Amino acid sequence: MTALAARRRHPLAAAAIVLLGLLVTGVAYAAVTPGRAQATTASADDVAAGKKLFLANCSTCHGLNAEGRNEFPSLIGVGAAAVDFQVGTGRMPLQATGPQAPKVVNKFSEEEVKQLAAYVASLGPGPAVPSAEDVDASKGDVSKGSLIFRTNCAMCHNFNGKGGALTQGKYAPNLEGVTPTHVYEAMVTGPQSMPVFNDSTITPQEKRDIIAYLQAVETDTPPGGVSLGAIGPVSEGLVAWAVGLSLLVGCAVWLGAKAS
Amino acid sequence: MSTTTTAKAAGNLGNWADERVGASKGVKFLARKIFPDHWSFMLGEVALYSFIILLLTGVFLTFFYIPSVGHTVYTGSYEQLAGQTVSEAYASSLSLSFDVRGGLLMRQIHHWSALIFVASIVTHMFRVFFTGAFRKPREINWVIGSVLALLAIVEGFAGYSLPDDLLSGTGLRIASSIILAIPVVGSYISFFLFGGQFPGEEFIPRLYTIHVLLLPGIFLALITAHLILLIVQKHTQYPGPGRTNENVVGYPLFPVYMAKAGGFFFIVFGITALMGALFTINPIWAYGAYHPSPVTAGSQPDWYMGWLDGAVRLTPGFLEFQVLGFTVSGNILLPALIIPGLVTMPMILYPWIEQWATGDKREHHLLDRPRNVPTRTGLGVMAITFYLLLLVSGGNDIIATHLRLSINDITNSLRLLVFVVPPLAYVVTKRICLGLQRKDREKVLHGRETGVIYRTEEGEFFEVHEPLDEHDRWLLVQHDSFRPLDPAPTEDERGVKRPGARFDKVKAKLSSFYFEDRIEPVTPAELEAAHHEHHGGHEAVEGSDEAERPALAGH
Repeated sequence: MTALAARRRHPLAAAAIVLLGLLVTGVAYAAVTPGRAQATTASADDVAAGKKLFLANCSTCHGLNAEGRNEFPSLIGVGAAAVDFQVGTGRMPLQATGPQAPKVVNKFSEEEVKQLAAYVASLGPGPAVPSAEDVDASKGDVSKGSLIFRTNCAMCHNFNGKGGALTQGKYAPNLEGVTPTHVYEAMVTGPQSMPVFNDSTITPQEKRDIIAYLQAVETDTPPGGVSLGAIGPVSEGLVAWAVGLSLLVGCAVWLGAKAS
Repeated sequence: MSTTTTAKAAGNLGNWADERVGASKGVKFLARKIFPDHWSFMLGEVALYSFIILLLTGVFLTFFYIPSVGHTVYTGSYEQLAGQTVSEAYASSLSLSFDVRGGLLMRQIHHWSALIFVASIVTHMFRVFFTGAFRKPREINWVIGSVLALLAIVEGFAGYSLPDDLLSGTGLRIASSIILAIPVVGSYISFFLFGGQFPGEEFIPRLYTIHVLLLPGIFLALITAHLILLIVQKHTQYPGPGRTNENVVGYPLFPVYMAKAGGFFFIVFGITALMGALFTINPIWAYGAYHPSPVTAGSQPDWYMGWLDGAVRLTPGFLEFQVLGFTVSGNILLPALIIPGLVTMPMILYPWIEQWATGDKREHHLLDRPRNVPTRTGLGVMAITFYLLLLVSGGNDIIATHLRLSINDITNSLRLLVFVVPPLAYVVTKRICLGLQRKDREKVLHGRETGVIYRTEEGEFFEVHEPLDEHDRWLLVQHDSFRPLDPAPTEDERGVKRPGARFDKVKAKLSSFYFEDRIEPVTPAELEAAHHEHHGGHEAVEGSDEAERPALAGH
């Protein structure tokens, strides 16, 4: 103790304290932050094949080493989940410039998507493709999911996940028919205008709840009859005029015509 | 029972009533009341019947609805919301939808009926406006009707706010914000109405009382007054053979209209019930319970409030600014309070505005054909266009997603269009009306084109114009044609300024705005002259076989 006390005015003591502080904070942070899982199943072959695919299909914009340039983002550290989402839903490779990449038919095979993902994942650590258990709707709570969805997602995607408008032609897409895996990946990677909902914002269990809710919305029969798009009162007003009032005016004309 | 005994029983019953309450006089008056027949006269009926449907289904809903924001845990049969902490209002709305037999159907009929109620009021107003049925002596009924239309909007808003779902809460939040935007007193009014800071616990029971007691009471009173006036003043009719300002041509209330109106009620009820059974409306279960923090994309009011939402969406944000530390919310104040005032006041006062322009104090029981009043028709179409553009703006996000457009482009375009298109609609409509009037004149003077082409021996071609019979002709020449009023002299003969001269000048200006451009109906003298011209113009042709030959016009 006295030895330590004797050296406390040593010129390097301050530096040592700072170093110690940084070390403790860093280690604690690393321990507390949710771990960024790595796709472990990717083999070296996959990475090599993925690199070939990348050079052929993606490098024009994202650069030969996925370093990105100008408005095209670097793909280092975006993880396998980002690739699986963007390529798996056909958004990438981008077919045409526009306000945002639309969902189109994916022209890659499942194997090729996996290889591309393996290559991008090999460039730097990032979110991995979720496991089947992560996206298992049967393990989620529909009611909790509906609450979480309403608080975090409905402001853009609408109360039933039917999508909504964003600025300048961008939009939150309709979630109908989107696979649970892609829903999960969108949450962890935050594609395009979407914010990232990492595991500390929405825990993996809560993500499962959301997926369970979305599945329930898709599979449950709407209790009130034809749902009219489930986009709120606009379509209801249209039907009130186009169906209700037109029919009634038609009947009035019919009744009026019968007299004369 | 034979017919004679039935008739006798009915007679006895009638006698019984007559001897006690003197019913025969009133029944006789009503039963013999004559109503003219036209489909457009039935639009108001649709509104009346929708109101009855609303009362019937509404009473059913009150049996199960709990007007309270007290917290409760939802344990009903809708699994997507199982175990959520919600208000009693929301939980009871859900349970009346899912756990009461026929409850959801009743709720949906009630809501569809509300949309149709307002829509039919609006179309009824269109009919009354464009045919000039608001003219003397019906100005009061126009005002009552306008007040009913505005109250219907308030009633609808109060109604869809009751379930306390996410969308209705968002709507209430906007309502409270609009109140807050009133300078100086806004926050006091908001605290008074909501019983404190929004949302508080008072608004659901208060809205409930307004929705099921106060406004329906006012509705019943105003509708009664509206109908009494309709009966006291005879019904208007379209011009036609035998129809004058002094008579009403039609059928008596009993039995013809009793049967017709009764049947029509069931048609309205049937169509509304069908819609309630087939189409989802206001899926409160999907919106979830109201909580102040979430909001959903596609938050829109019901269609009749949509134009106000649209006006708010169009108003640029820079109208909100700070003065001496106080925020002036011009971006809300202008579209949500000033514009509705500017739109509804001229609507309510319109009968008098037009009276100033015409200087006409006579009673009118014959309706105008819209083309014969081009300025009024133009103004009406202008107002409708303005309204529609605001309504479209209210759905700008839905249009953006469904037509793949940029919401900014839509909003900016509408900001321009809302100023450009309504005046354009006015001009175009007025021109179309004047054109139609010219065509009417042409028809009266030269007859109807038959499409039959005659060729003379010399090779000249004529189209046969068949003169109108006097009934058809009367329809085209019977209307008034107003000329602009001359402004009365501003000073009397001694050079003293006459009181009211300034207002007269305004009236004269208004009058010339209305009647500067006009096509006058054909006068008998003009008709006579036209006939002479025809006979003189084609004497050779006319002379050949005059017995069957129709009059020819060579122009």
